[in-house]
Amino acid sequence: MFLLALTALAFLSAPVVGWMGCRSLPFVALLPLALFIGFATLLPEISSGSLLVESTAWIPSLGIDAAFRADGLSLTFALLITGIGTAVFLYASAYLRGAPRLGRFYTALTLFMASMLGAVLADNLMLMVVFWEMTSITSFLLIGYSPENQQARRSAQQGFLVTVAGGLAMLAGVIVLGSAAGTFSITEILERREEIAAHPAAPAIIVLLALGAFSKSAQAPLHSWLANAMVAPTPVSAFLHSATMVKLGVYLLARMDPVFSDQALWIALLAGFGSLTMMVGAVLAMRETDLKRVLAYSTIVSLGTLVMLIGLPGELAAVATITFLIVHALYKACLFMVAGIIDHETGTRDSSALSGMRHYMPVTAAAALLGGLSMAGLPPFIGFAAKELVYETGLETSASLVLVLAGLAANVVMVVVAAIVAIRCFAGDLSPTPKTPHDPGVAMLAGPVVLAVLGLLFGLMPWLVGNSLIVPAASAMAGTPVEYSLSLWHGFTPMLGLSVLTVALGMAVYLRWDTVRRRMAAIHQIDDWGPDRLYDRMMDGLQRFSTWQTELIQSGSLRSYVARTLFIIAFAALVTLLLRGGLEMPSFAASLGPDLVLAILLVVSALAVARARNFVSGIVAAGTVGFTVALLFLFNGAPDLAFTQFSVEALAIVIMLAIVGRMPFRERDSRVRDERLRDIFIAGGVGVTASLVLLAVLAQPFDGRLSDFFRQASVPEAHGSNLVNVILVDFRALDTLGEITVLGLAAVAAAAVLAGVRRATSEKRR
Amino acid sequence: MNSLILKTTSRLILPAALIFSIYVLLRGHNEPGGGFIGGLIAAAGIAVFAIPRGRTALISMLRVWPKTLIGAGILLAIAAGVPSLLLAEPFLTQQWPFASLPIGTTLVFDVGVYLVVIGSVLTFLSYYLEN
Repeated sequence: MFLLALTALAFLSAPVVGWMGCRSLPFVALLPLALFIGFATLLPEISSGSLLVESTAWIPSLGIDAAFRADGLSLTFALLITGIGTAVFLYASAYLRGAPRLGRFYTALTLFMASMLGAVLADNLMLMVVFWEMTSITSFLLIGYSPENQQARRSAQQGFLVTVAGGLAMLAGVIVLGSAAGTFSITEILERREEIAAHPAAPAIIVLLALGAFSKSAQAPLHSWLANAMVAPTPVSAFLHSATMVKLGVYLLARMDPVFSDQALWIALLAGFGSLTMMVGAVLAMRETDLKRVLAYSTIVSLGTLVMLIGLPGELAAVATITFLIVHALYKACLFMVAGIIDHETGTRDSSALSGMRHYMPVTAAAALLGGLSMAGLPPFIGFAAKELVYETGLETSASLVLVLAGLAANVVMVVVAAIVAIRCFAGDLSPTPKTPHDPGVAMLAGPVVLAVLGLLFGLMPWLVGNSLIVPAASAMAGTPVEYSLSLWHGFTPMLGLSVLTVALGMAVYLRWDTVRRRMAAIHQIDDWGPDRLYDRMMDGLQRFSTWQTELIQSGSLRSYVARTLFIIAFAALVTLLLRGGLEMPSFAASLGPDLVLAILLVVSALAVARARNFVSGIVAAGTVGFTVALLFLFNGAPDLAFTQFSVEALAIVIMLAIVGRMPFRERDSRVRDERLRDIFIAGGVGVTASLVLLAVLAQPFDGRLSDFFRQASVPEAHGSNLVNVILVDFRALDTLGEITVLGLAAVAAAAVLAGVRRATSEKRR
Repeated sequence: MNSLILKTTSRLILPAALIFSIYVLLRGHNEPGGGFIGGLIAAAGIAVFAIPRGRTALISMLRVWPKTLIGAGILLAIAAGVPSLLLAEPFLTQQWPFASLPIGTTLVFDVGVYLVVIGSVLTFLSYYLEN
């Protein structure tokens, strides 16, 4: 119950955190800290190679359980989410002091963190899908934190649509996977991976799951939402878009890697799209001056690197993936928070307008430098070890020159971005800024400083993180126990040569960055034809299509709605009857005495409705039809139904007359001859079809199984002899609960519409 | 619709309709009737009362907003399922606590249905009534 309890704690604390957050209390960080400590207690057990699986029945009939699983991989993610979460919550409590709607913000942020935890800990694929979608919804709320900003609304919507569309593909993949494997349990799926990999549906599963993961992890060409999501407040960017949410796709791929890692399709998809994303992100990062957007594009590069690494088979690739994942989370969260501090303290985050900030903000500058050096992959930082591993994997396992070159380009961009954020803003002469900056308080500095120092600490003592986290996580990802000892220095290897080349190239580009950036930004084809513009075009097209079909279908006239609806019902039913041979006549063996009288009464009242010249007489005549039908029920042994019909008819007449009293319905029928003929045709069609259907129903032999069951079970099991009521309140009580809820909601909704209509008419009168 | 005849007769119809509706509600488990029909009868009686008098008179007669009746009804219906949860049975497994008396949680559930039906009809109707 431990994992379930931790996840539930995260969800249940949301209101409390929201309450503290709206008062800008730094205690909001206590929840992620407590969760971090909770997960850290699992470290010794998990790093010794064992596995923690908990399962609680949830919807057993569908094979969906509230099952949780902690192994190296999910624990690594849980620690990242809660650890960086602690820094982000603390940072936000100072960064957003005095901002509006803070209660809502912290509630959404907490729910987001809880959903992330649920998604990475879930052992049931369906449970994971639920949490996965919750991260989409909460990140939508977080990106759209400033709804008055049009850009924020668009970005929130874009992120939501892209990730949810991918999530639907993933859901389809999960269903196919579940039916191929016969279970939704990840643990069982991993145990039977050969069997599943050989299943004929495996290619479909791979493509669908990859679609979901690619949309969430911003793989090209679905990447544009991530950079646009930078309109969110910086703590959100640091949390969602560097450390956690975008890594959920990476998590899914890593989780499924043991099953599909030998499939050529899996390798091609992941390595292909991963390296494409690296290149796209690298090009885009080189065009920006906004610090957050530069960082966002470098995140896209990193996500591409991760996906490519997962695609490469072998244990070394697994080690490289996990190491790079942890390293990236550390430095990217640190640098995002630094960018936020610069923005917060100077009033701008345009890197071309900033320099010399180290004089004002020495501590921030130091944190930025440490984080930047780790990002650039220089020794003795852990980033160096990660970069060496990426090169080593590229050289040893793929031997593909393209991948190595993509990795080189990506790492060069990393060096440039690190230099822009960590050096450019802080070095050189002082530049004038909108506000006079200074180092922020402890709450804002603690996170970046700790994360930056950890990057250095892990670099100097790689065994700290190597044996406890990286090796267990890599084992989980590879599907077999991995033997690896993480170290900083590998000797003079080809990888070292590549590293030196990377740094040299990176510094060369950085020194000429102003020219490079201007040249890159001048290529306006990227803006004109990129996927971001494509998204806009698609949304415009959708709007136009929806306007077109609304004008076509929703004319606004109630009479034509009713006419069309009835025509379609009658037409569809009649065609079905004719095509499926449903025309049957029952044998009228029994005496027809009372039925015949009622039938005549029905026909007469129906004709009276048709002949009625004003609404009041029409309503009364229609009521007669209803009462006659009620009599029909009464004579055929359904007193309850008759009773209900009587009440409904009476009520309908009362209410309709009340409405007619208020509405301009008193005038005579205004239809022209053609309209009357059309209505007669439709009404006749409905009548004939209904009669044919009823005759066909009567011709069927009566199946008494259900009524026999209810007749026998109603008194002993439900203590009632009125079958209808027993079914309503006992056997199918949950249905009734749903129905009365719908009824109440419909009434409230109708009342809201009517209130709107009344307000509109009274305004028009004025 | 300000008719003296309607105003006078509806004052007589209202209590009769309410009493009859409660009778129908209570007998419903064994005889034709139940919360749905009872609610319709009560709503018809109240509607006849309210139509000549207007919305303000309806609210002051009910003493609550009609929407409140919907919420109360749904809550009651849910509450009828709570005992089964406490006894670790599927939600809304109706309970019969008294061996001799024919009173169970079905009655609570039926009263919930009754209130939702009245509330829905009156919520809808109240927007057609003049002040």
